[in-house]
Amino acid sequence: MAIPSSLITLLLGMALVLAGLWIGQNVSLLPLDASSNAPVYDSLFQVLFSIGAILFLGIVGLLVFSLVRFRRRPGDLGDGAAIEGNLPLEIVWTAIPAVVVLFVGIYSYDIYERMGGMAPLNDHGALHAAPAAAQHHGHHSPADASTGVQLAAASPAAHSGAIPAADGDKPADPARVWGGIGVSGAAGAGGEALTVDLTAMQFAFIFHYPQGNIISGELHVPAGRQVDLHMEARDVIHAFWVPQFRLKQDVIPGQPTVLTFTPTRPGSYPIVCAELCGPYHGGMRSTVVVEEPDAFDSWLAKNTPPAPATVADSGSTPTA
Amino acid sequence: MTLATPSDFQPLGQPTPPSSSGGLQPEGWLRYLSFSLDHKVIGLQYLVCGFLFYFLGGALAGVIRTELASPISDFVSRETYNQVLTLHGTVMIFLWIVPVVNGGFGNYLIPFYVGARDMAFPRLNAVAFWLIPPAGLLLISSYFLQGGAAQSGWTAYPPLSITTPALGQVLWILSVLLLGGSSIFGGINFIATILKLRRPGLELMQLPMYCWAMLGTSILVVLSTPVLAGTLILLSFDIIAHTGFFNPALGGNVVVYQHLFWFYSHPAVYIMVLPAFGLVSEILPIHARKPLFGYTTMVYSIMAIVVLGLVVWAHHMFTSGTPPWMRLFFTIATAFIAVPTGIKFFNWLATLWGGKIALNSAMLFACAFIVNFVLGGITGVALAQVPFDIHVHDTYFVVAHFHYIVYGGTVFVIFSAVYHWHPKFTGRMLNEHLGRLHFVLTFIGFNLCFAPQHWLGLNGMPRRVAEYDPSFATWNQVSSVGALLMALSTLPFLVNVVASAFRGEPAGDNPWNALTPEWLTTSPPPVDNWAGEAPLVTHPYGYGASEDRIDLRLATGRQLWGDPER
Repeated sequence: MAIPSSLITLLLGMALVLAGLWIGQNVSLLPLDASSNAPVYDSLFQVLFSIGAILFLGIVGLLVFSLVRFRRRPGDLGDGAAIEGNLPLEIVWTAIPAVVVLFVGIYSYDIYERMGGMAPLNDHGALHAAPAAAQHHGHHSPADASTGVQLAAASPAAHSGAIPAADGDKPADPARVWGGIGVSGAAGAGGEALTVDLTAMQFAFIFHYPQGNIISGELHVPAGRQVDLHMEARDVIHAFWVPQFRLKQDVIPGQPTVLTFTPTRPGSYPIVCAELCGPYHGGMRSTVVVEEPDAFDSWLAKNTPPAPATVADSGSTPTA
Repeated sequence: MTLATPSDFQPLGQPTPPSSSGGLQPEGWLRYLSFSLDHKVIGLQYLVCGFLFYFLGGALAGVIRTELASPISDFVSRETYNQVLTLHGTVMIFLWIVPVVNGGFGNYLIPFYVGARDMAFPRLNAVAFWLIPPAGLLLISSYFLQGGAAQSGWTAYPPLSITTPALGQVLWILSVLLLGGSSIFGGINFIATILKLRRPGLELMQLPMYCWAMLGTSILVVLSTPVLAGTLILLSFDIIAHTGFFNPALGGNVVVYQHLFWFYSHPAVYIMVLPAFGLVSEILPIHARKPLFGYTTMVYSIMAIVVLGLVVWAHHMFTSGTPPWMRLFFTIATAFIAVPTGIKFFNWLATLWGGKIALNSAMLFACAFIVNFVLGGITGVALAQVPFDIHVHDTYFVVAHFHYIVYGGTVFVIFSAVYHWHPKFTGRMLNEHLGRLHFVLTFIGFNLCFAPQHWLGLNGMPRRVAEYDPSFATWNQVSSVGALLMALSTLPFLVNVVASAFRGEPAGDNPWNALTPEWLTTSPPPVDNWAGEAPLVTHPYGYGASEDRIDLRLATGRQLWGDPER
């Protein structure tokens, strides 16, 4: 008749863990995944969601059980048991969270590395600022990083032909080109990386394709090919965020920054400014159009100005 | 059962009670509008003043939620919206939560807990309080001046704060400087009072847990608030004198500002929640009729939170320029704060286990605090992970997270504490039925308001926007309904507090049959706190001690956990 309470506790614990795992696997709170690191992010999310669900359900369950089981009966004016502590128990609930937290930290570090976030900033900057200046230069191996450094210094000047950069008159220190996430991750997925320059200003994102000298209000990228987004802010801090890419990077005035990603799923996704930048911050949105490589090439060809453009108009205005 | 032993005291020096200072202090209710030196008067001044600002901040939140009930910007102008969100954050943090959980309850309770008749520096204490109303009025007045109030959020990141209308921003800085000064004065006072004004015979490890929480909090205040003050002074130079500390156009660096700002403003989170942890540690044992579980580990975990809280600030900057090693370090440090925090929560659950729990309004709010804070803590550990944060930083997910911490955590505790200590403040009980109505409305409204915001943030809604993608409309409307419920929930509370202060059921001196020293005097207490000597309370949580104290070295698990009815 009497079931040992330790057995009940064990069964409840197992049910709890299973429920948490089920929730993590089956409750989807995230938008569509459209870049190569989005599925990696989503697997981290599932793990965190499962652990969180187990902890939350467990603690709330214990609390509600205590409040019901140990409620004060009418007329009972006595005290509870005089238990002031229990050292083994304290050790258990110090050690288990410490292990969980350490596991989560190491796992997310691994995820971060797979997403390409752990590349040192300066190498990254030198490596990827270079193609912006030397437009058809192709890949840089780490061996010619020194040329990369020199070329990167010339990079803002190259921009200023099409878009007057905020600090175009002073040379950017290549050591200060920062990298967002993504450099070592999906590199080379579709051959040569596509370089796009982004200027963020109150209250718009302006994209510039050095390859075709196109200036556009929305970002067109081919699926399956790495994109190097060279970002600069004109006035205040903005942030480039594509929820479907699970990517966000602040764009800071005076601080050229590179963000690298590989879109995977064709479609139109919102680009959102995520850093308060003034009254129209909420309206500072744009669209990234991920296209099949052929469609992208024809878009590029169609919108490339025939003459060497000094003032290019935006040929791409299909608003999604 | 009561362990206070007034007979075996050592003689205490008798400080002159503030009221007998030659009739300079007004008597009666006028005390509350005066430069009173009585810690209890100052505590209630903080509390009432804080609640006034809470209603203002709540009204501002109402403006925000009304604007966000529709996807387009149609209720207030975009400039006004940014002013409103800036004022909302500033008022709620600097004029409501920090002053109330530190200055309000701290001033009222700490002298009782250490067995003193007042704080260490009563005049500094009064100065600290009287900095708050002018600072608040300065902040509010900026809204009506040319250019309006500050528009750059409570974080005031440059270059935005340099380019928005200067007058409002400078007044914002002045106001925050005054409030920071008030906070520092308070912190110094608490440290001195706790360490130096303890009644003879009272050991540090015999203090009620709120003293430890306030000691830890005050250390954080004194170490980190001056950094904010210095930073804001530099920012004001950038605005007024066109210096270039943080202005990239003049060679400044905006990321340096972010580091300096968060060096204060992350510890500020602990300045807001550690006192709440302390208050909960006082409330739970009394209403569960059990000793606080694991006193020593609770003390150490507070101090661990203080130390770790100082080295996690850059987790607010994962999407701005931080080098990878820094991201890794701040991820691990931030996640590890969950360990001492978790210890506290497990200890509270163990305090409840096997108790005789009275589910009154104070207890309902305290237990809801546990639920809310655990959820906020779990999302906090997730946010500490760089890859996770990269997606949801500066989104409504973060808004949901920190409202679960500061509202679901601290504000719920403030309400719990008001229900718990109102009989001490006034000598009258609060009405239980109105209290439970208040609780139900607040709990449902709060969760309805903030739980959907997790989803909104994950799916692409940034924070601090007046307009958003129409696909987010439904959950924003749900959130706004929740906010409306929260607004309504303050009505039964207000009616209850005001009516009960005059016509409530008389409480007697110790309605909860509690052991902590503030209950061992009359309600409300006399000016010098005790008629005679301060009681020596060496076991502030000694509930159940007389009948069945268990020797832990000999106890079996079955004795401890098997039969709670024993």
